[in-house]
Amino acid sequence: MSCERMEARIMGYVDGRLKESERAEVEKHLAGCAACRLRASEFRSVKELLGELPQIEPSAAFDTRVRARVAALPKQRSWLGWFAPSPRVAFAASMLLLATVWLGRSTNVPVIPPTDEAQIDQNLPALENYDVISDFGPLSDLPQTGPADEDQTNDAGQTQQPM
Amino acid sequence: MTRSDVQLMLDVKAGDTQSFELLLQRYRSPLVNFLYRMVRDREQAEDLAQEVFLRVYRAREDYVPSAKFTTWLFRIATNLALNSVRDNRYHKMETSIDAPVVADAEEGDEKQFELPDQHPNIERHLVEEERRKMIRRAIEKLPEKQRAAVLLHKYQELDYAEIAKILSCSESALKSLLFRAYEALRVELAPLVSRGT
Repeated sequence: MSCERMEARIMGYVDGRLKESERAEVEKHLAGCAACRLRASEFRSVKELLGELPQIEPSAAFDTRVRARVAALPKQRSWLGWFAPSPRVAFAASMLLLATVWLGRSTNVPVIPPTDEAQIDQNLPALENYDVISDFGPLSDLPQTGPADEDQTNDAGQTQQPM
Repeated sequence: MTRSDVQLMLDVKAGDTQSFELLLQRYRSPLVNFLYRMVRDREQAEDLAQEVFLRVYRAREDYVPSAKFTTWLFRIATNLALNSVRDNRYHKMETSIDAPVVADAEEGDEKQFELPDQHPNIERHLVEEERRKMIRRAIEKLPEKQRAAVLLHKYQELDYAEIAKILSCSESALKSLLFRAYEALRVELAPLVSRGT
């Protein structure tokens, strides 16, 4: 085995995690290679040194904080949750309905007396043509009707159009 | 009978909050220690550990025991730690232009946090404290991925396949990572190593 191949095996050897055949191979190499032997020994020493660092203890408030943060999480709901009744949605919908009804009732719609309604019904055909009549240009060209002009009306009652 | 981590997590998934409490008790200390050695700040380490537990709880409904529970747990922790280390480094780069660096500010933090030791000999205590300081600094100097590999290997005693999954690399890449990390540590700790051999 070469020193390069030892790179992949040396930690396993130090940790004692190699298979029996691999360990035998590594030991054979170490027997003939002082550099790798030193490295293996120093890796073991480094590992022991790391073990000198003391463990630290989480603060007293740690668990309480975790519990509080977990409790503050919103409840998870599946897609079926969309169909579940929600008090907030129900309340909002009722308020919207009430507001619609209230607005509908409070709008000032003029109350027409029954007599005026009958009059309007009578004049309805005239009102339908009101826009046409009020904007009918040729009508403005008609001569003013007076007592003298009445003679120009023919027997059929038709008015002579000016040329 | 002690329930396995996976069984506890499946019970949490089924709605048993008491099982989550057991997982919290089982892993609070390993997680806080791992994160503390990654980020070197007590408060931040605890915040991150809380975040890990929170994520575990949030993901309970989707939990599938496809891997070991510790792989999943430390993968979340490692990702959070690596992001935090990178953010801190960026923040330090931004502030270091104007602000003076306070030497050993974190050492005092750890002293308050460590379990008290009883040393009858003050000189021996000082020597030991100096050794610890040197070891801490050597770990700190490692690139973050190598640091995570060493911490998971040495302090959590996870097997290579598990650490490789946590760090999202192949097993051979992990062995190479560990080799480089231990090489750097043996150079950095040479005065202590030579004494130890």
